[in-house]
Amino acid sequence: MRLDCPLCGPRDLREFTPRGAAVHARRPEGETWSEAWHHHLHLRDNPAGRSEELWYHGSGCTAWLIVERDTATHEVFSVRLAAEGGA
Amino acid sequence: MRLSGYGRVDRTQSVPFRFDGRMLTGHPGDTLASALIANGVRLVGRSFKYHRPRGILTAGSEEPNALVEIGEGAGRVPNVRATVQEVHEGLVAHSQNRWPSLERDLLAVNDLAAPFLGAGFYYKTFMWPAAFWERVYEPAIRRAAGLGSFTREADPHRHEKAFASCDLLVIGAGAAGLMAALAAGEAGADVILAEEGAEPGGRLLAEAEEVGGRPAQDWAAATLARLGAMPNVRVMPRTAVTGAHDGGTYGALERVSEHLAHPAPECPRDCFWRIDARVAVLAAGALERPVAFPDNDRPGVMMASAVRAYLHRWGVVPGARIALFAAGDDARRTARDLAAAGVQIAAVIDPRADAPAPEGIDAPYFAGGQVVGTSGRQGLTAIRVRAGGRVRRIAADVLAMSGGWSPTVHLACHMGGRPVWDEALGAFLPPREGARGAVPGLIPAGAAAGVFDTAGCLASGLAAAGEALSRLGLRAPRIEVPEAEDDPGRSVPLFRVSGKGRAWLDFQNDVTVKDVELSAREGFVSVEHMKRYTTQGMAPDQGKTSNVVALAVLAEATGQTIPETGTTTFRPPYVPVPLGTIAAGAQGKGFAPERFTTSHDASAARGAPMIEAGLWYRPSYFPARGETTWREACAREVAMVREAVGVADVSTLGKIEFRGPDTGAFLDLVYTSRFSTLKPGRARYGIMLREDGHVMDDGTTARLSDDIWVMTTTTAAAGQVMAHLEMVQQCHAPGMATRFTSTTDGWAQFAVAGPRAPDLLAQVLDGGHDAGSFPFMACAAVTVAGVAGRLFRISFSGEHAYEIAVPARHGAALWRLLCAYAEGLGGGPYGMEALNVLRIEKGFPTHAELHGRTTAFDLGLQNMLSPRKDFIGKAAATRPGLLDPGRERLVGLRPVDKAGRLLAGAHLFKRGAKAIRVNDQGYLTSACHSPTLGHDIALGFVSAGPERMGERLSMVDHLRGVTTEVEICSPVFLDPDGARARS
Repeated sequence: MRLDCPLCGPRDLREFTPRGAAVHARRPEGETWSEAWHHHLHLRDNPAGRSEELWYHGSGCTAWLIVERDTATHEVFSVRLAAEGGA
Repeated sequence: MRLSGYGRVDRTQSVPFRFDGRMLTGHPGDTLASALIANGVRLVGRSFKYHRPRGILTAGSEEPNALVEIGEGAGRVPNVRATVQEVHEGLVAHSQNRWPSLERDLLAVNDLAAPFLGAGFYYKTFMWPAAFWERVYEPAIRRAAGLGSFTREADPHRHEKAFASCDLLVIGAGAAGLMAALAAGEAGADVILAEEGAEPGGRLLAEAEEVGGRPAQDWAAATLARLGAMPNVRVMPRTAVTGAHDGGTYGALERVSEHLAHPAPECPRDCFWRIDARVAVLAAGALERPVAFPDNDRPGVMMASAVRAYLHRWGVVPGARIALFAAGDDARRTARDLAAAGVQIAAVIDPRADAPAPEGIDAPYFAGGQVVGTSGRQGLTAIRVRAGGRVRRIAADVLAMSGGWSPTVHLACHMGGRPVWDEALGAFLPPREGARGAVPGLIPAGAAAGVFDTAGCLASGLAAAGEALSRLGLRAPRIEVPEAEDDPGRSVPLFRVSGKGRAWLDFQNDVTVKDVELSAREGFVSVEHMKRYTTQGMAPDQGKTSNVVALAVLAEATGQTIPETGTTTFRPPYVPVPLGTIAAGAQGKGFAPERFTTSHDASAARGAPMIEAGLWYRPSYFPARGETTWREACAREVAMVREAVGVADVSTLGKIEFRGPDTGAFLDLVYTSRFSTLKPGRARYGIMLREDGHVMDDGTTARLSDDIWVMTTTTAAAGQVMAHLEMVQQCHAPGMATRFTSTTDGWAQFAVAGPRAPDLLAQVLDGGHDAGSFPFMACAAVTVAGVAGRLFRISFSGEHAYEIAVPARHGAALWRLLCAYAEGLGGGPYGMEALNVLRIEKGFPTHAELHGRTTAFDLGLQNMLSPRKDFIGKAAATRPGLLDPGRERLVGLRPVDKAGRLLAGAHLFKRGAKAIRVNDQGYLTSACHSPTLGHDIALGFVSAGPERMGERLSMVDHLRGVTTEVEICSPVFLDPDGARARS
């Protein structure tokens, strides 16, 4: 499997670490515990199919990436930089 | 027997080798199998369960019977297929699964017990008593059954792994593969042509056919020469593509030197490739299916196509009187070619009643006939043929059989796709591209796509290349398909012959038609259940020759059609891959990278044993003259720090350097407490939480100047913290003007700790040192022997202490200097053991305490959760459950009796309560003997711990069998108000 890093180009899977659903990159508002925080931390969708995930290019440019891919077929649709509003 | 005028082996040279101690000879170009056939060896192994005599069945990697051990001593390799292993001078091969010898195998008695040894027999038979299973039954079964054996020694072979990428990977170099590679090569594509055999050519080397008006072998050689002249084409013989994976990645096993008598010492035995291909052509050919008839497993019963391959490629025939049993016209070529070579044909048996007699073969012909039995103790002597209502015995020492062909669809199904049954062909074809689970970008061609005539294969290879080239955006060259045989002949699939006696399906795992029928009767009617109940297809050959036959038998037994029954799942690897090859490079030192500090050599020279901390190696202690235990050294080093001065290498701690105007605001977001108010020249301790409110790491951050901030992390969490900071910045604070980078390897950093530390610094720093003007938690740029460095007054020991950093290239020199000065002041270097004792005495947490399930509240650090700003983990940290006073919270523990032992990992119980989980009060995370206090001390987490000071509990370590009465106390055992560090 390869990911097409927007900064480095297509790179081998072993340069990346997955970090779960991309919602991780979208921090809810508010400094106190709320239903929104509960959903953010604990209630994640786990689709067998198209999903958005957060990946870290730790052995490359250290960019955090929003990867849109299919968890059933492993097809990758898009790779964006989290820092550029990918989230 | 070797025939003159046939085969591609080099008869001008002889190659001596050994099989079961017998000295035999072959020729360059021989496989072990062809050389054994040339030497008249028919019996080559014993079967897995019944210890039946077995001979060579096939001429390829699908071979189920002829498994041998290659080599001797530690280098012996079991389960090598004799049909794949090439002979070389000095090759030593042994047969397997027999004792004392292949001819007289005592466990052949298993065959007499066969009525009791059917599928699942051991589940039913060895039920009672239960304790006997592990002690008696299983070891006995394992001794009796099996294939090759391990050496139980370290693998002495060199293995390698390698990576390649290409535009087009062509899998298989037969007619279709050669044509595809030629077209793509001419078009300028980067091509890898992988061929599992020693010599590319596939069936072109194994048939008496013409291509383009010349012998097929010559056309293959000429094509190969053309490919060899193309710089953009890489031909890889002896390379089996083992798996198709995500994103066009293919695994491949290359046999690099298994065929060489004297490989160069640096030459690996084999190499595991990962090949990234934009497009691939699957030209892996097809596998001929055996027919399940009674006693079809005798040495001498062979695949019809293999007999032709041995004749044309290696110039050997496996017997003197050869019979043919096949339901397809193509297999008749075996009789035709053998007859042309002067071999006697004993009979031609064709189950098709309407098939015309073969032309030009002077042998009895049985249309509508079937082979219903065989005889011969250690090799075939006769077959029994049923035809026209009667059964005849016909003398024959070889029976060539063919039940039809199965396209090699395996790789096309490796991503979960299911093959498609083609009724007209009587064969499973690769899943269509785009079908669920089909491998994207893999284009089947030739026999793998169900094309069984040579002209069709050539055209199919060319068409596949055209398709591949159009996907690559390249123009296909104009190439004519050479003239070749274009009639695949008529055939009907033939799976089994009914009759009395056992008819084998899976030769390697000893599975018969009866076993599959039993499985169906007992309710295991799904093909996946049948496989697991009977072990059909679960041997190293993965049922390459037998799976389709077995599922046809299952279909018949369950009254279903073959497509309704379906196949089992195809999984990589296509051929067995040695574990040592997959792990290539990861043995010994290659297992993990090693990180060494700049003081490593000096520490090693002092005899310090090293312990691993992540990838780092750190000195455990520095033994002094006369010391015999680590405890003595550790106690001396602790006392040295408490009373004089010690130096320790702390370079392994993570160092992250920040610049930019928003750095303070960014640190406010990642630390729980405020850092933006930190003044230049000061350092501050902080903790970071995960977003779920638990502590991730702790450390100090120093602000060396207005715009230079240096964060330290723990050694273990350095990488995790760096990734976390990157995520926080990129995802949550992309607008903040701060940049940071890891400088862990750029700086050598040493702790200087103890009451004499200021004296040492005064000696080592240019311009001296005034402790009075450099208070606790101060930091500054300094000069050390002319080198620009950094000084931090921080303490992990509770003593008056510093950390001094210089660029890593000066680390070794500074370390020597610090050790020399320290020794001059009555101190010296200290290691990890002493460092650990010093911090436990002070109650400082490490990752033993910050283990991922503890909160700031648990650690007694709740005052560090700033209420006046947001920070990562803030919302979650305020959850009532994480602030419950009854949580297990950090305390100190000391033994009631000073001699009592405390052990990390032990649990705590109320005195008198049973030491079981429901009574658990907490646990110990760090424990040591405190030389300062003269007894053991520990840190641990106890329910409502801080509210239970002075309470006595029972510490129980079930693993080590230790029980100690302990008392809850403050986690700070020494100098509770911190006066020593601030002095």
